[in-house]
Amino acid sequence: MKPLSIVVRTICNIFAWFVAIFGAYVIIHGHLSPGGGFQGGAIVATFIALLLVAHGGKRFFEWVKMDIFTAFEGLGLITFVGIGFLGLSTTFLYNFLALKGGLFGSPVTIGPNAGILNSSGTIALANMAVGLEVVGGLSTIIIFMFLGMRYVMEGGKEGSEDDK
Amino acid sequence: MIMMDIAHIAILLAIMISAFFAIWFDNLLNSVISLCAMSLLISLEFYILQAPDVAIAEAAIGAGLTTAIYIMALRACQSSGWRRKGNDKDERS
Repeated sequence: MKPLSIVVRTICNIFAWFVAIFGAYVIIHGHLSPGGGFQGGAIVATFIALLLVAHGGKRFFEWVKMDIFTAFEGLGLITFVGIGFLGLSTTFLYNFLALKGGLFGSPVTIGPNAGILNSSGTIALANMAVGLEVVGGLSTIIIFMFLGMRYVMEGGKEGSEDDK
Repeated sequence: MIMMDIAHIAILLAIMISAFFAIWFDNLLNSVISLCAMSLLISLEFYILQAPDVAIAEAAIGAGLTTAIYIMALRACQSSGWRRKGNDKDERS
């Protein structure tokens, strides 16, 4: 699949990064605003699909390898289950970091406020793990679809049984 | 309140119209674009019904990833020589 025209590539180079930043925002603010790990991960996977469609497979696979998305998927799942088992002294997925101070456990103020970002305990960590896993999974789906398309276009005539 | 109802009904009608065009077009690329528009309108409908969480997921997956997958599949089908019987007449004219 050849890369698209210079107009499409320039617009992709300028605006694709905003998609990635917005996806990271949705993942990180998942416990305060609408969205979360799955939604933000889907937005970041849209960024990957945009790069792949605009720049073609040849340049995309120079930038990034296929294996890194599989690694993301495994790492996200292992992190999520690990967070679950770390709280096992009480129950599975117990929020052992909340109200303890530090980076993730600042206390919650009473009354209406805009929301404190680092007050969620393990929920933000679980959101990031789910986001990593969803980025890996959906990008793997897109890349396998792309590889199948390239196999059909260049190599054998696999899809040609229905010719007649 | 009246304005909100009018917008709600207009979006529902637009969903029905774009879903009809998705199966009415002969060119499959037009059908895919029509499905993308329908998914975007559905996400707007979810937002009006106060489910912004589902709206974000619908907009990202329905309008973004599914369209990319459909276009890739369509391009692979066209290059491998597969062609629907009704489309032969369109390409000659």
